[in-house]
Order: sequence, then C-alpha cells, then structure tokens
Amino acid sequence: MSVGIVEPAGATRQPASDDAHVTLTGVTKVFAGRDGAQDVHALGPVSFDLRRGELFSVVGPSGCGKSTLLDVIAGLTNATQGDIQFEGQRVAGEVPEGVAVVFQEDASFPWLNVFDNAAFGGRQMGIDEAEVGERVSYALGFMGLSDFSKAYPAQLSGGMRQRVCIARAMVQRPRLMLLDEPFGALDQQTRLLMGEETLKLWRETGSTIMLITHSIDEAVLLSDRIGVMSARPGCFIDIVETGWTRERGSETALDPRYGQLQSQIWGQLRTESLKALGSA
Amino acid sequence: MARPSKPLLLRVGLIVGSVLLLEVASRAGWIDPVSFIPPSEMFVAAVQILSDGVYNVDIMLTLSSALTSVLMAVVFGFLGGLMLAKLPRLRRVVDPLLMSWYAVPIFVFYPMLIVIFGLNRWPLIALGFLFSIVAMAVNTLNGVERIPLVQLRTARMLRMGPVRTTLRVRLPASLPFVFTGVKLTIVYSFIAIIGGEFLLSGAGFGYQIAFAYNNFDNPTMYGLMLLLLVFVGTVNMILHSVEHRLYQRRVMKEPA
Repeated sequence: MSVGIVEPAGATRQPASDDAHVTLTGVTKVFAGRDGAQDVHALGPVSFDLRRGELFSVVGPSGCGKSTLLDVIAGLTNATQGDIQFEGQRVAGEVPEGVAVVFQEDASFPWLNVFDNAAFGGRQMGIDEAEVGERVSYALGFMGLSDFSKAYPAQLSGGMRQRVCIARAMVQRPRLMLLDEPFGALDQQTRLLMGEETLKLWRETGSTIMLITHSIDEAVLLSDRIGVMSARPGCFIDIVETGWTRERGSETALDPRYGQLQSQIWGQLRTESLKALGSA
Repeated sequence: MARPSKPLLLRVGLIVGSVLLLEVASRAGWIDPVSFIPPSEMFVAAVQILSDGVYNVDIMLTLSSALTSVLMAVVFGFLGGLMLAKLPRLRRVVDPLLMSWYAVPIFVFYPMLIVIFGLNRWPLIALGFLFSIVAMAVNTLNGVERIPLVQLRTARMLRMGPVRTTLRVRLPASLPFVFTGVKLTIVYSFIAIIGGEFLLSGAGFGYQIAFAYNNFDNPTMYGLMLLLLVFVGTVNMILHSVEHRLYQRRVMKEPA
C-alpha cells in the first residue's frame, strides 16, 4: 500500500506525528563547486518523519543523494536549508548522542582486535570498562563473533568485518541506527544472512533503523516503510508501507505482496534510474 | 618453536658464505692479506677494541650525536608532515623541493653549519638532522593521507574531538608509515654523521676509521668497521622486525 508522493516541489509538510523520532522539514543540500565548477544540488527539499522503532529503507538511483540524506540526519554534514530534529532536538554540525552509523566501507580499525574494535565506541563515550566488557561480549555473541574476539580485522572476511562494525554500533546502545549500504560490498549469500541479522538486531534493540540500500529486494524484505527517491536532486517520490509484521524473515519473500511491492517500486525507480543515466 | 623460513636461511647462508670466501681468499693470498685482512682477524680486532675501551669516547660521541639528530628529525619531521597534510597550499609550494632534497650533496653545507653553530658537534648533528628530516616528514605525510576517510567519519560519529581523533585514530592508522619514517631517519642520520666524521670531523667513530685508514692501521680500521656494521645491522634488523609486525597485522588475509 502506497501513501503517495510525500515530497512535491515545495517543502511544506504536515506537522510531525507523535511517534516521530526524526523529523526533516524542507531539507536541502547543495555542495559548492570548486575551482569554478558549478554547485551541485544533491538533495531535496525533503520532508518526512522517521517513526520511533520502525525499520525504514531508502532506495533510489545511483547518485540521488541517499548517503547525503543519511549524513545530514546523522549530523555528519550540515543541511544547506531546512530543519532536522532528532527526539525534538535540532541536529546541527555534530552527531547527536543516541545515534550510530554503520558505513558501507569497512570501518573497523586494523590495529585493534575484534574485542577492542567493538569496545571502541563505548570507551569513547566514557562508559566504565566493566560495562563496556559486558556490552561487547553480548554484541559479539549476538553477531556470532565470540570466537573471534582476539582476531584482527585482517584475519576476517568482509562480512565478519562489517559485523564487527555493527557490534561496535550495538555497544553504543543507539536509539537511532543509520545503516549506509552496509552490505553493499558483500556477496549475495552473505547479504541475505546480514539482512536477517539486521532484522534480529532491530527486534532485539527496539532501535529506529534507517537503511540505505541499492537493493529493492532487501528493502522490501526488511522494511516497515520504503522511501523511494528520485534522481538528483533526490526527493521522496513515494513512501511505501509494506505492512509486514515485526516477526518477518526470509519466508516473507513467499508472500504474494512481496512481488507486488517489488514491481511497484521498480516501476517508480526505473524512470528515475534512466534519468540518472541521462537516458530519459 | 617456528622453523626459520627459507629466505632467512638463504640470507644467513649468503652472509656466512661470503665471509668464509673472504677468509679463504685472504689467507690463500688471492687478495692482499695486508690491505684486506681475514674476517677472523677483523673479529679479533673488534673484540680487542671493545675490551680495551680506547674508542669508547668516540663511540659514545657518535651515538649521542646520532640520537640527538634522530630525535630532532623524528619530532620536527612528524610535525612537518602533519602540517603539510593540513595545509595543501604550503604542500604545493614545497613539494618540488622535498622531491629534489636528496639530490643535494648535503655535506657541502658543513662550512656554513660551522659558521652558524661553531666548531663543536652541532654542525654534524645538523647534517644528520637535515639528511633525515625529509624522510620523516614525507612518510608521515604519506601515512596521514592514506587514512581511510571512513575511519575519520567513524571518529566524528563517535563525537571525538580533534586531539582525541589524532591520538586514537590518525596516529595509530598512520603508524606503519610513521615507523618507516623513523627507520629511515635512523639510517640517514647515521650515514650523515659517520660520513661527516669520516670526511670533516676531528672526533667520533667515523673519524677514527679515517684516522686508522690514513695510518695504515688496518686491523683497527676493519675492527671499527665491523663494529659499526654489526651495530647498524642489529638496529636495522630490530626496526625491520617491528615494522614487519606492524604491517603484518594489517595485511588482509581473508579466508575463502
């Protein structure tokens, strides 16, 4: 079921709902051109709410500003215009407490072993060592890495290293987890397994999760809602409600609605992808 | 206990074989045994030098000069590398100078350094410093530039300030390159200081080798040379081993 086009040309929006965890109002991002090059309007205007405790995926053509959207929500970059609120507090210039980001690239620190990598965030937050130890043990167990706590990232596969990064985020106990194509560099089988891990993580922690992904399948299988973005400058052309229960899993792919949702999203994305390629 | 690797065995074999060949060549008269004494006699001379302690003052003078030069080059080279990474305009200005630095025969500056520092050890220390600082700065710059952006973004995500990011992320991330810089700094400092003593000074390890050479005191000359080789070789092997361990931990060995 579609809730229709959320972001028309303007930036007007309905007032934030009570369960809004993150609220974006008229957010745009323009990158200034360097050495005489033209400015790049990468994003927006975008207005939407992330609901507390939902798993929200963002799909869109390459270069449409998905990662920029994540960066402005995380406070890793400032929006050019508009307002971003996390738990009612304005996000500006720095990552708010309670937010964790897992990046597409391997962000494990090669000089630290798995345990210390996972503990890194907790230690930076000033959590006492005993508590960090407990959280790390739990997170590594949850991610199936308990037997590798003394290993270094160089000794792990790409999927395991990404799990180390997710474990590091878990140790922070974030209320909002932003995942920027974290499985993008992984093979298909590992991707599917990591998708299941993400669902497990979401159910276990109760965090709000925003997942940026290239994969329509992944978005449809994992999400409560899917934001479909236009070609650059990226705006939401649709936000699709999947209607899955919280206990969903790989068997959800057998539901007839799974294929319908895939077709619907691909129908919307195809035109935008052609635009992004310069063919439309 | 791990078995020694084949390359290591071959390396040791090559060194031992060369020494034995020189020993035989010298003793058999294939080469002049007066101008090239057998390695066993070099060893005896080296032991004698150490037990007599006649050259201890010179050895300590060279070591302290090299240490001072290394410390200065490491500190200023590291800070210089960080500064160049932070200031790309400055880097564009000095890049060609850095690239051509080692084309300059640094010893020609010795008279100028004497004018600046006077007739003492400082001109030699300055030679060592000038010869090695660029290696340290360039390696630091390389290391800092190669830090994956995602690691710095992770630091920002964890709300780490600039000092903490430098200490906890930038420094460990660039450590293998910084360490290579330290290794080169030690090597270059020794080359400059021993070379400077040999050619230009009136004291120190290099000067004593030159003095023995000029007086046809071959056992002393070879003994001092052997001591120098063993010392520099040992230091270099230790540094190489630490460097190897630093890199090894970071090399991807992804399982199938």
